Amino acid sequence: MARVRDDMGDTRWGRLQRWLREGDDSLDRAMIAVWDESAEPEPEPVFTVPPARPEQKKKNQKHTAKLEKLLRVFSVIAAVLLCVGIIGILLHTTALLPSFGREDNPVHNEVPRRYIEKGMNEDTGAVNIVAGMILDYRAFDTLGESNVLFVAVCTVMILLRLQAGDPDERLGSDTRDRLIEPHSDPILQVIARVLIPLILIFGAYVILNGHISPGGGFSGGAIMGAALILHMLAFGEKQTARFFSYRTYRAVSVCALGFYALAKAYSFFTGANHLPSIITIGTPGRIFSAGLIPYLNIAVGLVVCCTMYALFSLFRKGEL
Amino acid sequence: MGLTNYAELAAIILFGIGFTILLIDRNLIKKNIGFAMTDSGMYLYLAAKGYISGRKAPIVVNGVTEMSAYINPIPAGLVLTGIVVSVATSAVMLALTVRLYRKYHTLNIDEIADKARKERE
Amino acid sequence: MTVALWQSIPFACILLPLFGAAVCLALPRRLARLWATFLMAAVTCMSLVFLVYMIPFGKSYNYPMGHFPAPFGNELRAGTLEAVLGLLFAGLTLICTLGGSRDAEHDISEGRQGLYHVLLLLMEAAMMAQVYTNDLFTAYVFVEIMTIAGCGLIAVRSEPGRAIVSAMRYMIMNSIGSAMFLLGIILIYDLTGHLLMENLHDSVVQLQAGGQYSQPLTMVVALLCSGLAVKSALFPFHSWVPDAYSTATPASASLLASLVSKSYIIVMLKVVFRILGTDVINAARMDDVFFVFGAAGMLIGSAVAITVPDVRRLVAWSSVAQIGYIFLGLGLHAGDAAVWHILTHAAAKSILFLSLPSLIPAGSDGSLRDLRGAGYRAPLAGVAFTTGALSLIGIPLMGGFITKLTLAQAALGAGGAHMWISLAALVLSTVLNVGYMLRCVLVFYSHPEEDAVPAAAPVRRGFALASVLVVLIAANIALLVFAQPILTAIRSGFAMFD
Repeated sequence: MARVRDDMGDTRWGRLQRWLREGDDSLDRAMIAVWDESAEPEPEPVFTVPPARPEQKKKNQKHTAKLEKLLRVFSVIAAVLLCVGIIGILLHTTALLPSFGREDNPVHNEVPRRYIEKGMNEDTGAVNIVAGMILDYRAFDTLGESNVLFVAVCTVMILLRLQAGDPDERLGSDTRDRLIEPHSDPILQVIARVLIPLILIFGAYVILNGHISPGGGFSGGAIMGAALILHMLAFGEKQTARFFSYRTYRAVSVCALGFYALAKAYSFFTGANHLPSIITIGTPGRIFSAGLIPYLNIAVGLVVCCTMYALFSLFRKGEL
Repeated sequence: MGLTNYAELAAIILFGIGFTILLIDRNLIKKNIGFAMTDSGMYLYLAAKGYISGRKAPIVVNGVTEMSAYINPIPAGLVLTGIVVSVATSAVMLALTVRLYRKYHTLNIDEIADKARKERE
Repeated sequence: MTVALWQSIPFACILLPLFGAAVCLALPRRLARLWATFLMAAVTCMSLVFLVYMIPFGKSYNYPMGHFPAPFGNELRAGTLEAVLGLLFAGLTLICTLGGSRDAEHDISEGRQGLYHVLLLLMEAAMMAQVYTNDLFTAYVFVEIMTIAGCGLIAVRSEPGRAIVSAMRYMIMNSIGSAMFLLGIILIYDLTGHLLMENLHDSVVQLQAGGQYSQPLTMVVALLCSGLAVKSALFPFHSWVPDAYSTATPASASLLASLVSKSYIIVMLKVVFRILGTDVINAARMDDVFFVFGAAGMLIGSAVAITVPDVRRLVAWSSVAQIGYIFLGLGLHAGDAAVWHILTHAAAKSILFLSLPSLIPAGSDGSLRDLRGAGYRAPLAGVAFTTGALSLIGIPLMGGFITKLTLAQAALGAGGAHMWISLAALVLSTVLNVGYMLRCVLVFYSHPEEDAVPAAAPVRRGFALASVLVVLIAANIALLVFAQPILTAIRSGFAMFD
């Protein structure tokens, strides 16, 4: 433990530079040392030179080194050429496209005109036209989008969540958490105690005002997720687990996504069948206006907040 | 006609560099970085498409609902969707990288493939 | 315009699994499996009802997703082609899940099984959305859901290592493909200002008639088509296929091989036939690209398949070859042959992947040596495998034969070098097909050596797999019995595209 802290404390910048230059090394080695000491059951020789293949052994060592160098130079040249080629082709294409910032471009057609001119007063009731667009006009995209987050968390959970029988499992999530970073830093804790409520309130403000000012579920959810992450960094896993665990994640995302899907299913169905909807747009600018948008924003905000925290937590300690 | 702004130029340079890294570099973390750059470039490009000189963000102020007052809201919404998608993809790719690193102790995809092949034999 | 209740079925087919996936996360393991199976069965039934209503209806219709008409909101669109494909996707998802359920229980650790079913449901929702969507950007979002869910399905196996390596390769390839696809969408949006397919098509026709923007339009064609081709594992981009299909659990492998790569091709069909139109594609010479890579894939995939010793990898390599057939069809402007081969290959490939685990004895790495006499140990699986193999080879009156016939007809129609190359590729790859498929079948029905004691299979697969295999055999036979009506439906579906 102490060793890791020293290693990482001293010359992080130098290591980062070396890592950038050489690809994989010392930072990784420091981390590997941790995993090897504690986590890996079968100590496999790490970072030994891979045994040369039989056909390489026969050849002159010098010759091989030269060839490898040549190959590396060649691949760098190829990469640069490819990069310049892609950039050149795309720049050429862009130069032929409609020019930047002109109001008579084909993009600015009747669709954004209706979004802007009728969006607030007749169609969605959202002062924030982008919110009206993503949560009402093109709500199907956004429904898919929140499910992208959901599927990502599920996949990361499959990949990183500790299972009974995994080699890392016997450590327990708390130890793994401490392996990566020491905590209980009093300065951080005092500041976090002040900041976290403020961040949470700001996040809630951004979510709740998503339809009448800049913001919305995605940005507000990310802000609230940051507060949760800060809490875990400052107070450690045990404290955070008191109010946020896998069960919390499950309950929140099931409710939020289920509500989202049902609410949108209702409005899609009534819309397609030209049925009157019970949802009214209210008075634009009020907090309770714009039909379903504020509620959808809350649902999206909850999903995003949980996703951010869940991803961080899974990467950090393999548990929610 | 013609390339008249820096936003699109920067976006394309970002895209080109990122895409090259994604294609050629053998280090998995760098591939992830390349992927993030590719996506950022594209979102900048898409956002630039919605801009109209001298107009404001599409949030109604003082009840003005004329097309001539605001920029195009559609690219903004699409970028929002796209960003979320790229967050999700990066998370999954990084999780895979972590798993591979724990197992094979290297980030080089060729070495990993070599080791995996030996494992099979 | 009034909307009949049955016309809401596509909408229900997407929203139901999407909602079900969220609920599935909250359920305990066994209930999750039941719930997922129930939803898949429900979607299959609805798709069947939809097809029954759709065929006499005889024209396509648009279904707005929300209160806003065409260019302002999202839309779904359905015609006979969509109905056929919807039924195929829903039915095969159900069948693959059921058929692989015992193996999944065995391969996947308990803590992950709930998540596995969540991923299956999300995958189904995404595939149905691909089939029915009428909006290019919606297609992109659901393509991404499918990509990530596919990664999870490959990596879900308990045993780490090769499955993760192949999942990583899959993700890298797919993110390259996604980047190109998205850039193509951005460029075409910039040129036309639309994302809805009808409006896109109108604008593209105007652009082409005007002769303006011809270079950017070529770029759009190149980016959209090659992005989707990369994602569907067309020949030079197939590096992840053999590993992924041979390491994933059978249900995942058959889903990925028979459906997921196909749904990218369905988006491709929409791009080619509905958005850009064949004129633009031909002007950009994209059809020749499809043609060349399709033919190369057919030959090289089959040639490699003949050399690999591991039977699972053999089947995976044959997928590379079969994707080549579909692209050859696109290159010859024979959309009907391509769609027909999507159906045939989906039915045949899922039967191969689902029957393999019963044939491979416990403790074997799947090399053909160990499989001698496997057809006697597991008779039903042997018959099932043989049916699938025969269909892929294309012996007369099986599904693959009709593919080859339609492809050959299209080739004769094309004339010139196209005709000779495609006929040669067809003949050569058929010979290779016969080589590797018959090799498997012969090994299965040769007598085992005396000293090789067949070990008992570790997983009791029982009734579920048996009934699934019977259904699949029946489906393969049904494909050839109903070939004519299905082809008619596909052609009328293409006619509705304009």
